[in-house]
Amino acid sequence: MSLKTTETTESNLASSPTISAAEPESAGAATTLAGLPHALAGLPHARILPEDSGVQLNLGDLWAYRELLFFLTWRDIKVRYKQTLMGVAWVVVQPLLTMLIFTLVFNRFAQLDSGPIPYPLFAYSGLLLWTFFSTAISSGTNSLISNTSLVTKVYFPRAFIPAAAAVAGLVDLGVGSVLLVALAVYYRVHVTWGLLLLPVFVMLAAALALGVGMISAALTVKYRDLRHTLPFVLQVWMFASPVIYPVRVVPPRWRWLIAANPMTGILEGFRSSLAGLEFDWALIAVPLVVAPLLLAVAFYVFRRLEDTFADVI
Amino acid sequence: MEPVLVRVENVSKRYRIGALHRGYDTFREMLTGALAARFRRLTRGDNVDDGRTLWALKDVNLEVRRGEILGIVGRNGAGKSTLLKILSRITRPTAGGVEIYGRVGSLLEVGTGFHPDLTGRENIFLNGAILGMRKTEIDHKFDEIVAFSELEKFIDTPVKFYSSGMYVRLAFSVAAHLEPEILIMDEVLAVGDATFQQKCLDKMHEIRRQGRTIFFVSHNLPAITRLCKRAVLLEAGQVVAEGSPQEVVNHYLSSSWKAGAERVWAEASDAPGDGVVRLRGVRVLDERGEPSAAVDIRRPVYIELTYDVLEDGHALTPVFELFNEEGTEVFSTHDTGEEWRRRERARGRYTSAVLVPGNLLAEGSLIAHVSIMSHFPSTILHVRVKNAVAFQVLDEPGGTSARGDYVGPMPGVVRPLLEWTTRADSAEG
Repeated sequence: MSLKTTETTESNLASSPTISAAEPESAGAATTLAGLPHALAGLPHARILPEDSGVQLNLGDLWAYRELLFFLTWRDIKVRYKQTLMGVAWVVVQPLLTMLIFTLVFNRFAQLDSGPIPYPLFAYSGLLLWTFFSTAISSGTNSLISNTSLVTKVYFPRAFIPAAAAVAGLVDLGVGSVLLVALAVYYRVHVTWGLLLLPVFVMLAAALALGVGMISAALTVKYRDLRHTLPFVLQVWMFASPVIYPVRVVPPRWRWLIAANPMTGILEGFRSSLAGLEFDWALIAVPLVVAPLLLAVAFYVFRRLEDTFADVI
Repeated sequence: MEPVLVRVENVSKRYRIGALHRGYDTFREMLTGALAARFRRLTRGDNVDDGRTLWALKDVNLEVRRGEILGIVGRNGAGKSTLLKILSRITRPTAGGVEIYGRVGSLLEVGTGFHPDLTGRENIFLNGAILGMRKTEIDHKFDEIVAFSELEKFIDTPVKFYSSGMYVRLAFSVAAHLEPEILIMDEVLAVGDATFQQKCLDKMHEIRRQGRTIFFVSHNLPAITRLCKRAVLLEAGQVVAEGSPQEVVNHYLSSSWKAGAERVWAEASDAPGDGVVRLRGVRVLDERGEPSAAVDIRRPVYIELTYDVLEDGHALTPVFELFNEEGTEVFSTHDTGEEWRRRERARGRYTSAVLVPGNLLAEGSLIAHVSIMSHFPSTILHVRVKNAVAFQVLDEPGGTSARGDYVGPMPGVVRPLLEWTTRADSAEG
């Protein structure tokens, strides 16, 4: 019987990475089959190298397995909305109630001035983006240990596990945005071309969350106690970001510190684009540099630790 | 000669025993541990092999050609799963490398990634994608998968409402429709009811006919001997035997049961027994009288024992007890031959043999306990050796055995070939 080579060459590259291409310097670890017979010409080739032969980025696998990212995200969303009684409503209710409380406390009692944006809109937009950000990090962090059987029983780029958690969060963000639009219409915000940049800030938040989430997920596999410190870190981070207060209220000598927080630029840019205000490019430059850089570093760190996941999880 | 699709070269895998036992560390311990390790390195030098490591695999070399089905046998902890995990790229070897030509599909568990809250339909897509199938491929095979699982009525029910049998059926159906060049399977046939197992075995035969390459780990030794063309035996992380499945399975049985087809006590001082009789040898023989660890189910087999009688005047009865792999006693038999029954023996060496006819024992591994007793004046057990000899009964499908053309598992401790008659009462033509 002949092999179904037509299926293997083009369409079914799912588990057919060419790792060897990425690792030319370690070719000595496994010699190439002498005189490769013609019959093997169309087959995908993989070379498994020992642990000490360095980090293999396997970028090709990310593409080959791209459909799996979709399926994992789809599973996360489907399961979440099936399990919760209130389903979709919960995604809106949570930031809405938080916004009402903060409006009452900061706006009515403490008379906090949120500038040109009405406080309810200010707080809701901040909380919506922050909820996405912190949920993506915390579910990303726990994603590996709650998918143990995937890690120990089958191969695919494990970065997809925290990534699926982050992408699934985007759906919640989308649902929660319905109320954001309603609030924006109610408060009659000016629509400008700046609104087109809104997805950019969402993407920056997603990239930052994924970067942090991948590193903490990889470390949590080995050091389980990190999981317990994460809620505290996120809480502190939230109060160090202009989620419920504007940057203006921060004393000038502490401005540099809050600006160094990449979430500051993301939140400010998100609101400016939403309400048609001037962009503070100095603040926005920070996440523009930090988020992609962190994501790249996180991917490297994750890949480095990934090969040991199955052994320690 | 078919080309080599998988070449495993000097693969070793080391685990830290501490990591194995505890599973994970805490960040706090890591910080304190790092300081302690640095201090240790300063005081007595760095030593990796400090007794807290375990070699799950050590210098394993294998070559598997296209269309081969390689059976991997070995006790728990011998390194079988670690080898499969390295081949599936779930974990990397500590040393050595593997070269693979072709798409790899691994089935280390049935239903990996199944989510209880999702329906059967949703899980087919999810599980298929996890196993490496494309969406278009799953779309294309969806109806076939559902039909194979026989779960058409429940396909839109969340799998948490499935019985365990239904769950396994759905999971195996997805896996059975995976079409990689190289399939890696860990003990997945050990699931499901007999009918479904039959279906799975049929599927395996089909996969074999398609010329795909399979790595097959199983404790089901008859399945290994029937399905595989070649087998390896792993012991403590090393390949200790390689060859035809029958030879390897026999090697495995003799090393794990510490019993083979032949057992001899060369020194009189070692021979088990009492002052009356001492056992000197036990053998499993085929019909030509050759020691044989594997016999065709249709052929007779002789079990023979040799013993020294040290004292005159005892009427001795040799006894065999035969057990199967599950530890079920198949039967026991006492020597009732007229010639020596109730007859006092003179000192000297004797050999007694019993003929076990063909088409009696069921397929599988059998192990024999042997004893010699006397009944006059009262019953005395002079010697009893447990697990003295072991052998395999093989049953190839398509032959003249009780199996006929059926290839699936046949339960039962015996497998007699019985006479059947069929009368055509009202057949056309």
